[in-house]
Amino acid sequence: MPELLLQTCVNAAYAASFMALVAVGLVLIFGVMGIINFAHGELYMLGAYAVVYVYADHHLPFWLAVASGLIFVGLLGIAMEHALFRPMRQNPLGGLIVSIGMLLILQALIVAGFGVRMEHIPPPHQQAIPLFGMAVTIPLQRLITILAAAVLLGALWLFLKRSKFGRALRACAQDPEAAALQGISLNQTARMSMFIGAALAGTAGALTAPLVRTYPYMGHPIIVTAFIVIIVGGMGSLEGAVVAAILYAFVSTFVTTFWDGVTADIVGLLLMLLVLVVRPYGLFGKPERA
Amino acid sequence: MPDRLAWPLGLTIVGVFLLALPHLLSFSQQEIAVFLLINILVVASYRLLTLTGEWSLGHVVLMGVGGYASALFAKLAGVPVPLAMVLGAGTSAAVAYVLSFPLFRMKGFYFLIGSFAAGEVIRLLWIKFRIFGGPKGLKLIPPFPDIGPIVFFDPTNYYYLCLVVVAASLALLYRIEHSRIGLTFHAVHWRDQLAESVGVDTRRYRTLAFVLASFFAGVSGALLAHYIGTVNPNRFDVAQMVFVLIWVIVGGTATFFGPIIGAVTLTIVNEIVLRQLGTDELRPLFYGGILIAAMLCLPGGLESLAPRLRHLFRRKAKAAPRAVEQGPGVKAGGYEPS
Repeated sequence: MPELLLQTCVNAAYAASFMALVAVGLVLIFGVMGIINFAHGELYMLGAYAVVYVYADHHLPFWLAVASGLIFVGLLGIAMEHALFRPMRQNPLGGLIVSIGMLLILQALIVAGFGVRMEHIPPPHQQAIPLFGMAVTIPLQRLITILAAAVLLGALWLFLKRSKFGRALRACAQDPEAAALQGISLNQTARMSMFIGAALAGTAGALTAPLVRTYPYMGHPIIVTAFIVIIVGGMGSLEGAVVAAILYAFVSTFVTTFWDGVTADIVGLLLMLLVLVVRPYGLFGKPERA
Repeated sequence: MPDRLAWPLGLTIVGVFLLALPHLLSFSQQEIAVFLLINILVVASYRLLTLTGEWSLGHVVLMGVGGYASALFAKLAGVPVPLAMVLGAGTSAAVAYVLSFPLFRMKGFYFLIGSFAAGEVIRLLWIKFRIFGGPKGLKLIPPFPDIGPIVFFDPTNYYYLCLVVVAASLALLYRIEHSRIGLTFHAVHWRDQLAESVGVDTRRYRTLAFVLASFFAGVSGALLAHYIGTVNPNRFDVAQMVFVLIWVIVGGTATFFGPIIGAVTLTIVNEIVLRQLGTDELRPLFYGGILIAAMLCLPGGLESLAPRLRHLFRRKAKAAPRAVEQGPGVKAGGYEPS
């Protein structure tokens, strides 16, 4: 029993790491641009398909596949910001709706390019690392995901808190007008946040591609989870997103292990509804101005 | 043409056309016409909710609640189908009423996401519990009973049934919107604090709009369930909700007819243009493109073309120029985060 508990904790830590990557990107985009990117799950999916294309189909190294996923999805994010979200800056619901349109297009393009079938990706790392003695193990691929998520989120945190551009980004999130008056370019910060947010989702997809079922509609469960995480954490709070990702991953992994997946989904959604009712601005958010 | 005559004349023409329609269509097109009528009721009821400024992502699930409930009433309790349909719609309204307590603590984005979550919970309950048939849903739902020689298995006859039900529902929805209640909905949307200051209980009116909209969504769900004979969780998933959103947005929400125009136009385009292309999988590409194009180029929706065309026409006829009449939702969904 203690082994099972520990093993479940290890699995939850892995789930938390890639959920945090996806959710932080979503929160960053929402914070700076005020737009909920419904296509975020599809950006994650594209990251996974970058691995399918570069690593599984063309037999290039796995790290190169992850890097190309990061850059490709990040650039796509910039393109989306420029073409779709910029005209919708005054209209948050409009932004949400164009992102739904983007979701449909990305899915259809991947279906056209790769087909609806599930992709087989040979695992790049087969071995499992024993932890806490021999009873609990973690596959190396999962360990890499956890470490990569920690490094990326740490780097993002440093970038936001220490660099000049990071401060500009946070200023925009707090008050775009005042930020613009200080000479901060809203277009530039929006572009940057969209690049970072999309790249994080793409990286998460690329890292987990060998571990999950990779198919064109894999983004749907991800976006549902990400919504739960950002609502529980508070819509504009990056720290909240990380904490909520960990919280949700543990709850969901434990319920899945001891009951079943559908119950876990219901519990997660009820958790989110509870937070919405009791504390609509989330665990780490601030009450909105009336 | 005097405006006094325009309404009765227009309604008569549309009515005659709709009555004759099934006889102009092939069998499969008749089925599409039945689905189109049902979808018209879905989008028209959705608009009632958007009048109060709230956009829900759970509307299609509440439609499903109507379908499931009506099917269960007819199948397990042996209630006659017409009565079961009314009870099913009532169940939708009741579920919406219960959901309104948590959901209307939120507004704007939070309501949107809350309604999405509530809808997903309902869908997962359908998957989880045996009585709803699990992931495969309910099968062998009793069909609408035959009246004498009229067999409702025939799409033409079911089309007429839907036509009657949908027309009556639309008339009710239209009356509601143009009544004192409907005007209060507008007030709740655009000036909620002012409305509250003159004694309007805004939350009660939001709830009322939500419950009424869900009732009519339930009617459409029941119509669907007893026609196709099966309901399953996938039929009411978020992809279907996206289609409803696309119809509503492409049509425009400023007037009663905007969403209906959207649903009709896109269904016709879908059936005529895309059927020729042949590929089912590329269809979302087209829908996504249309959605984005509508948001970027035609934020008022198709309905906003009519006043513009009329304006052009009038100018050509050298009539006195009149301001283009614009409804409240012209600025792209008229959404304000609060």
